[in-house]
Amino acid sequence: MNTTHYPTLTTQQIIEKRTFCVLVDNEPGVLARIAGMFSGRGYNIESLTVSETEHEKHLSRITIVTSGTANVLNQIEAQLDRLVPVHKVVNLTSKAAIERELALVKVAQQGETKGEHRMEALRLAAAFGAKTVDATLTSFIFELAGPSDDVERFINLMAAIGLVEVSRTGVAAIARGAEGL
Amino acid sequence: MTETMTGAEMVVRAMQDHDVDTLFGYPGGAVLPIYDALFQQNSVQHILVRHEQGAVHSAEGYARSSGKVGVVLVTSGPGATNAVTGLTDALMDSIPIVCFTGQVPTHLIGSDAFQECDTVGITRHCTKHNYLVKRIEDLPRIIHEAFYVARSGRPGPVVIDIPKDIQFQRGTYTGPGEVQHKSYRPKMEGDRRAIERAVDLMLKAKRPVFYTGGGVINAGPEASKTLRELVRLTGFPVTSTLMGLGAYPANDPLWLGMLGMHGTYEANLAMHGCDVMINIGARFDDRITGRLDAFSPGSRKIHVDIDPSSINKNVKVEVGIIGDAGNVLKEMLEIFKAKKRAEQAEEIRPWWKEINSWRARNSLSYQRSKDVIKPQYAVERLYALTKNRKTYVTTEVGQHQMWAAQHFHFDEPNRWMTSGGLGTMGYGLPAAIGVQLAHPDALVIDIAGEASILMNMQEMSTAAQYRLPVKIFILNNEYMGMVRQWQELLHGGRYSESYSSALPDFVKLAEAYHAKGIRCGDPAELDAAIHDMIDYPGPVIFDCLVAKEENCLPMIPSGKAHNEMILPDFAGEIGDIIDSKGKQLV
Repeated sequence: MNTTHYPTLTTQQIIEKRTFCVLVDNEPGVLARIAGMFSGRGYNIESLTVSETEHEKHLSRITIVTSGTANVLNQIEAQLDRLVPVHKVVNLTSKAAIERELALVKVAQQGETKGEHRMEALRLAAAFGAKTVDATLTSFIFELAGPSDDVERFINLMAAIGLVEVSRTGVAAIARGAEGL
Repeated sequence: MTETMTGAEMVVRAMQDHDVDTLFGYPGGAVLPIYDALFQQNSVQHILVRHEQGAVHSAEGYARSSGKVGVVLVTSGPGATNAVTGLTDALMDSIPIVCFTGQVPTHLIGSDAFQECDTVGITRHCTKHNYLVKRIEDLPRIIHEAFYVARSGRPGPVVIDIPKDIQFQRGTYTGPGEVQHKSYRPKMEGDRRAIERAVDLMLKAKRPVFYTGGGVINAGPEASKTLRELVRLTGFPVTSTLMGLGAYPANDPLWLGMLGMHGTYEANLAMHGCDVMINIGARFDDRITGRLDAFSPGSRKIHVDIDPSSINKNVKVEVGIIGDAGNVLKEMLEIFKAKKRAEQAEEIRPWWKEINSWRARNSLSYQRSKDVIKPQYAVERLYALTKNRKTYVTTEVGQHQMWAAQHFHFDEPNRWMTSGGLGTMGYGLPAAIGVQLAHPDALVIDIAGEASILMNMQEMSTAAQYRLPVKIFILNNEYMGMVRQWQELLHGGRYSESYSSALPDFVKLAEAYHAKGIRCGDPAELDAAIHDMIDYPGPVIFDCLVAKEENCLPMIPSGKAHNEMILPDFAGEIGDIIDSKGKQLV
């Protein structure tokens, strides 16, 4: 029996992922405000991207991928919407949105493994549609843009070949169809 | 209406334009230009506090008792950090505050300059919104916006951090006009269809209860009036949170008393057993709900709140209505009037019968004594002897606060100022100062504990300087009473650090602050001593020596549900009721 005084989970609840798009005034500290709300209330941020999108209107667009129970995710949406510089919060997961991220993946020769691995790395890159943006006699840097799952799989494959370093942008997302935000 | 002036002059002009008559502050290097501008005018009265925390609490007392925005002015660095507790308190209790903080000049920001701190960074989490002003062109707009954000929607504190060079710079001042905020648009009107659904639920109810909160007070006196009309029209019982006391008159037969951890038996059991709960402007706080999975298990819930994030946060509700409590109540009243069923009075009669049987348990009773003043008795007498006056009560935090909430009864809104959400010891005295400034002719009493009062005792100097006749009524049991009570219940009576040793002589302390000191420890002399206090035209510290180990009851123990309350006639060991999990809670 639950005997706590605070809200506790009484049944196992399913953790889901959700992507929010947040339109904010591009003012100093706005990112800290949003990131601080997440940390202060104990929510997860799996990925966060931000950039100014409408210069004349001083608007920035933040894309946040987060996870939690349905209740927590609804609270996150309400808490985001409540921040003064936030214009709009959209749940993109409910809109079957396009989600993409970009990764730069550095692969290098390890120990005595040579030619075979280089060939394999290039074959895999071609299969994933990754661009080779840098090459030396012992290394490559690949650029791959796509859904997070593809990026994840590509990185896992490269790990077997000689992964040195990865840089990922985090998710940018936009709803399908003709309608704007 | 545009005019050229310095940033400091703009601050003062904007205050005048927003009808600020009282400002609570403390000067320092980074706000000297603003103090210079204040010196050259007479419409804004500056109240010099003795600590910046006191400034914010005073502004809170001023705001909550008057319905206006409380305004604070402090310097950079320690001035700002000292204000943080007050700002957090205002955020938790939704009190409108605008706090101006000085900042080091813009070119020194980030250099760890003297009295520099990252004020906007520090206060981001304890304000509704905050601003760092980097260009003089932005200053007038930011100030007008700040007042708008502070008072509209769910009210809260707003900080404006102004670097010293901006205070000196000259720029163009524009008046407030109509503020159209770019992104912030609180929803004031409730959704008509949702309100209709709510009324339909109410009309079918057999065991209804109104559960009201601070939101009704914040919505203004008109909202309290509408609430009274609606409750009387329905004939439903009504209870309230600590923050909502006074919205519904305590002398009314439909009133059940406060609910929650130290609420009445009838209020908590009505919440537990109701079939329709109508929450107006309260937020299902953990002091109210007790054990969540056993909270009001059989009811369909209606929740009216101006803050969308409050709805379904702690408790799932059937009908959520986002809007100002006053507006929604008005619509509810109108629809209920049109659809009212005369038979319902008969249908809810068995419910009232049940409630009256709970009432008969008399859960606020206590063992009376002829030898020692019981704290409940002291509050009862204080109430009896002041109820026919225009009386405002503030409190500190602890047992005395709960006894005040239980035994001092409020018939009007805005008469009760207490730190509910944050539970800030040291709130009461500065808040009383703010209340007295807003209501110079009223009787303002801070019901205090001897531990809490020492936390902001320095504000006695402020009361003395401005001849504010606040009455500090200390229930002195020589313990941090609530801490002691919990140690008795949960920690085997090991009173670790909860004894108030080396207390000052409060009568002499009063005299040291140019005030009157009264001490009373005899129940037979209490009435006369209270009369002395009320009749004295200046500030008074009343050292009321009360029973030392009295527990604050009734009580919902940690980890228990509303129907597992401990009543004053409980004979067993309370500590045995609470299991190991409950002991981990606060």
